Amino acid sequence: MTENEGSNNQKSGADYVRAMFAAMITARVLENKLSSLYKAGKIVGGVYLGKGQEAVSAALGAALIPGKDIFAPLIRDQAGRTAFGEPLIDCARAYLGSALGPMRGRDGNIHRGRPLEGMLAMISHLGSAVSVVAGALFAKRLKGELLGCVGATCVGDGATSTGAFHEGLNLAAVEKLPLIVIIADNQFAYSTPTSSQYACHDLVDRAKGYGVAGHSVDGTDFLACAAVIGDAVKRARDGDGPQLIVAKLLRLSGHGEHDDGSYVPAEIKQSHYGRDCLDVAEMQLLEYGILTKEVIASMREIAATDVQAAVAQAQQEPTPDPYQEVWHAWSTERFYSENS
Amino acid sequence: MSVTYIDAIREAQEHLLRDDPRVFLYGQDIAAFGGAFKATKGLSEMFPGRVIDAPISEDAMAGMAIGAALEGMRPIVEMQFADFSSIAFNQIVNHAATHFYRTGMPVPITMRLPSGGTAGSGPFHSQSMETIYAHYPGVVVVTPATVADAYSMLIESVKLDDPVIYCEHKFLYRWLKAQSFKGDGLPIGQARITRMGRHATVVTYSAMVHEAVRAAERLQQESGWEIEVVDLRSVKPLDIDTVLASVARTGRLLALGEAFPWGGVTAEVVARVVADGFHLLEAPPMRLNARDTPVPYHPKLWAAHRPTPESICDSLRKLLSY
Repeated sequence: MTENEGSNNQKSGADYVRAMFAAMITARVLENKLSSLYKAGKIVGGVYLGKGQEAVSAALGAALIPGKDIFAPLIRDQAGRTAFGEPLIDCARAYLGSALGPMRGRDGNIHRGRPLEGMLAMISHLGSAVSVVAGALFAKRLKGELLGCVGATCVGDGATSTGAFHEGLNLAAVEKLPLIVIIADNQFAYSTPTSSQYACHDLVDRAKGYGVAGHSVDGTDFLACAAVIGDAVKRARDGDGPQLIVAKLLRLSGHGEHDDGSYVPAEIKQSHYGRDCLDVAEMQLLEYGILTKEVIASMREIAATDVQAAVAQAQQEPTPDPYQEVWHAWSTERFYSENS
Repeated sequence: MSVTYIDAIREAQEHLLRDDPRVFLYGQDIAAFGGAFKATKGLSEMFPGRVIDAPISEDAMAGMAIGAALEGMRPIVEMQFADFSSIAFNQIVNHAATHFYRTGMPVPITMRLPSGGTAGSGPFHSQSMETIYAHYPGVVVVTPATVADAYSMLIESVKLDDPVIYCEHKFLYRWLKAQSFKGDGLPIGQARITRMGRHATVVTYSAMVHEAVRAAERLQQESGWEIEVVDLRSVKPLDIDTVLASVARTGRLLALGEAFPWGGVTAEVVARVVADGFHLLEAPPMRLNARDTPVPYHPKLWAAHRPTPESICDSLRKLLSY
């Protein structure tokens, strides 16, 4: 993780929203590139994008402190990863199958992470990161290092139906851990609409049942995301226990790039939540005079250059060699004589 | 003054808590109550804040341990019964077990699984889960059969950087006694010849080691057969070298286990011996396991469900008469 933050404090105000927006732009440019590479057949495996969820994800990532906090991103959190400080090359390497980088071809795409630096490497089983982040926070408490730290993870509306989500959030509540869980209620879990996913009026109502703070936010509203999510992270940091945030929005892509999302009705796409949070962000930043058109244009150029450089580098790197691979899953080397 | 198998588990945890500030215990009813089997009795008073009651959430208990391990701790999780670890299965085999291979960062968690049958416990408090976990790459699965192994292997499990499934047999808890916790210092990954013999080899682990020794003694008295008993100690890694060396001496193999018969540790042992030591065999290798039904409740049915000294003797007589 980059040391560029240089601060032990959560960003606030204009610095915070600028960091959010920079990460959102970079994520969108990167994801458009990934989509093109996928369609050109350059990517082995799936491509999962966070289009439409950048404001929510970046609001979380930019509120976290790298090197101090724990972050377990899910599949639509490129913006949050970038805001948290994940180098672009990690993403390019994972998608393009480089032998270098943290995953070395052993796992791909959105399953990458830097656990040693507090960014966990997700598994595909939804909801399972909630208890893991809680455990990392619990360990910090045992070590006497919890003060001022938080942990965060993101799920979709679909993951709220899992036992793992329930068990993890309940555990965090019982232990009063500074855990932030964001539910991106993006209206579809793959193709399943929320009407088949949950029967409560609003998922935020569940916060009361868990005994945790609940927050609702319009996930397409950039400044609202900054205010609500930034505040929830601060509350957790200040000792207010777990924070459950439900962000209403719409996934602006298929589940993955293999999926055209044709099951999403046109009226939903044209509804309020069908708007693009990046457009909203730009409008709001200009309106409040936080950024100028020129600065935004230059941010886009920088993002394009950075993304191009990362992809070009990963494409030139060696791919994994099955003859050189250490075919052992244990870290204990004396077990390697076992010829299983 | 003698000590029991459960004493060994409790003492090992006390030792670990005293010696290593990274160690903590997490499980249901393990703090003030001391655990369903009293394996943590008194420890929460001795080590305040480090022996913690968990909600009835096996998935989250395992996930919590994984997160804590990634933060540098050495959690020991007590599953109240091995059977309930099925709820934690995903976290163990998908999260903990894959982590080192995927990221290069190991997940040193120890999952204590009170395993195996006792009379009257029924289908959901009697299971032997070692096969299920051993199937997955990245997991270490240990199955101590002696008081000294229960002690030393728990300490070693916590010191290992890999996730360990520590299968402690409930039948041995209070029945198995020794003069002390001191053993022969064998590391995890090495089997032990528990009883020397030259006519047939029984390869087994956990509580079945004792049933095998009883059967061997009976056959020796009855007809002078000398049966060798190999205690695998850990089913993964599996010390096939010790097994093959024994089969080379005896020419006959019975693989014995308390788990269900389909696949499993005994099938693995037979497959490896046949593949690597076919020329050593003087008779077709045999397997003896529990029956292919859920573990029954009634003591009469339970006793006939798992291998007994009688059924082991029957198998050995067949093996020896081939």
